[in-house]
Amino acid sequence: MKLSAVPITAIKALRRNTMRTLLTALGIIIGVAAVITMVGLGQGAKSEVEEQVNRLGQNVVLVFPGARQLGGVSIGGGSANTLTVEDAHAIRDEIPEVIAASPEVRSQRVLVYGNRNWFTRIYGQSADYLQIRQWPIESGEMYTEEDVERAALVAVVGQTIVDELFEGADPIGETIRVRGLPLTVIGVLAPKGMSLMGSVQDDIVLVPYTTAFQRISGRSHAMVINVQVFNQQSMEIAQAKITDLLRERHGLAPYQEDDFTVQTQEEVAQAATETSRVMTVLLASIAGVSLLVGGIGIMNVMLVSVTERTREIGLRLSVGARGRDVMLQFLIESVILCLLGGLGGIALGAIATELIASYAGWPALFSTEAMFTAVSVSAAVGLFFGFYPAWKAARLDPIEALRRE
Amino acid sequence: MEADFSAVTGQHFNMAVIDLQHITRTYTSGSVAVHALRGIDFTLQAGNFVSIMGSSGSGKSTLMNILGCLDKPTEGRYLLNGTDISALKRDELAAIRNETIGFVFQNFHLLPRTSALENMELPLLYKRDPLSWKEIRQKAAEALEIVGLADRMDHTPSQLSGGQQQRVAIARALVTSPKLLLADEPTGNLDSRTSLEIIELFQRLNDEGLSILMVTQEPDIAQFANRIIILRDGLIQTDKQVQKRSAASELQTWKDESESLS
Ligand SMILES: Nc1ncnc2c1ncn2[C@@H]1O[C@H](COP(=O)(O)OP(=O)(O)O)[C@@H](O)[C@H]1O
Ligand SMILES: [Mg+2]
Repeated sequence: MKLSAVPITAIKALRRNTMRTLLTALGIIIGVAAVITMVGLGQGAKSEVEEQVNRLGQNVVLVFPGARQLGGVSIGGGSANTLTVEDAHAIRDEIPEVIAASPEVRSQRVLVYGNRNWFTRIYGQSADYLQIRQWPIESGEMYTEEDVERAALVAVVGQTIVDELFEGADPIGETIRVRGLPLTVIGVLAPKGMSLMGSVQDDIVLVPYTTAFQRISGRSHAMVINVQVFNQQSMEIAQAKITDLLRERHGLAPYQEDDFTVQTQEEVAQAATETSRVMTVLLASIAGVSLLVGGIGIMNVMLVSVTERTREIGLRLSVGARGRDVMLQFLIESVILCLLGGLGGIALGAIATELIASYAGWPALFSTEAMFTAVSVSAAVGLFFGFYPAWKAARLDPIEALRRE
Repeated sequence: MEADFSAVTGQHFNMAVIDLQHITRTYTSGSVAVHALRGIDFTLQAGNFVSIMGSSGSGKSTLMNILGCLDKPTEGRYLLNGTDISALKRDELAAIRNETIGFVFQNFHLLPRTSALENMELPLLYKRDPLSWKEIRQKAAEALEIVGLADRMDHTPSQLSGGQQQRVAIARALVTSPKLLLADEPTGNLDSRTSLEIIELFQRLNDEGLSILMVTQEPDIAQFANRIIILRDGLIQTDKQVQKRSAASELQTWKDESESLS
């Protein structure tokens, strides 16, 4: 058959049944859009995690309570009570490579200011925590070591707290309450960003860890110790020294395992990236299933179409079409149907990605890679699911086909 | 000497276009067997114009389908231009249907919801040596012009009368300039004036060398051929040469008469 006539014939046939074409394409549109959106979300999450981990600060080592978990790492994990405030002090004072160490304790609490409430996380940290995180103060000031020593009832708040609890007004000097405990706001943290992860980071209250331990959390042990090392070159030696020091302090015999885990920022990043990669694959496979369902829809419609157009096929064969001409015609029809769905899916996927990114605040990347994959996958779906109906059409006998009602 | 030469070139001055040797066709639907053709022998020399007559159910359409390489005989040999059709593959048969034979179906078989012009283009699209779009358009338009439907190019079959659809079907059979025209009751839906015009066209093409086999129920239409074959119950009952009447002169007489009437 004249090659340029193949797509023209296919498009004419599809246009003759516009409604069916659109509905069939819809299956593919949804499948492709799902794939693109899911991959976009997954990749957005991944890049966000990477950035967040990078923002942990420079040359940071994290010490978690509890043994290293099999095959992986525990971010913020440990429920074990093995790290004390004194451990943190010892790390800071006895290891020359370490410049700062902050024992961390987190609690989720409702803050009250006037008649407003806000549910947030309260972090107990040392006075040099902001240095470790390299997080500047926007106004007011950070609490001092003296405040820590006397468990002062002071707090430094993130931007989200200012927005939600103080409705944007200057909170310095105001008193907020946590279960009746009055805390005076003495500083506001610089905002971390607009994205979901950014605003999560801004939804924070910092208090001296002493205050947190004694008055807020009810805990006695640190959940993490954030450690800042002098420079990049000293990271490994610092890790080794921290391990030795803590083993000694915890009185561990040589045959006993560590009851804590020392991790660098890179290790944490790797774990987080791996987690988000697994999530991306998972999301994409779920979306892939819907693409498969769309493909089966195409096959169904093409089979119906072959049956309905048996006479047309008979006529084409009788005026000289070869089996392969008929086959090509139906294959191309199915591929065009799928490509149509693929393009629609890209548009829908882009819109969905954009909407989710802006409304839900979930980070999303519109990936061109996902786009190309989606288009080639939809063409492949068209070929694959169009093949059987096309083959069925090509095998027909001309006179039999013409006689069929 | 002459025979050797023809074997090499595949052409023979007196070679039969069609040579049927004891063709039978039996339809079996379930346990019932219908013997539609029960042994047909005949040859058609190039340049002949043959009418096939016979009552309904006598096997005319069955015979035409076999001749048109659309169907295969149950038994017997069919040589088309000396080639045994039964030895050919699907694709080779398709090529013959496309290039050698023009077929007019009894019930037209036009593509629905498709313009007359595009129906014309259909056989041209399947030519083994592809034509340019320009040539395709041109040939399609010419074919419609020949049957007097130049002004109906954009009409779909449902927008055409039965007679017009039949003329589109005839034009489609002629559009590839075949050597052999097989027409199953091509004037069955036409008024006598239009029938005469179509027969006049057939006679003109026949004079230019086209071999024609035409099924018809109407004795006076059959008279325009130079040979009449009458089928009965799947067998040839009569096969006779006749003096061909001229459709052109009858058409002229008709025109003269209608002019004198008005
Ligand atoms: N596809 C078919 N299956 C079974 N019987 C058929 C089929 N086509 C035709 N016949 C039978 O074969 C005989 C010849 O039919 P046909 O060639 O169509 O006759 P005609 O064209 O002369 O009217 C009839 O008895 C008809 O019923
Ligand atoms: Mg018939």
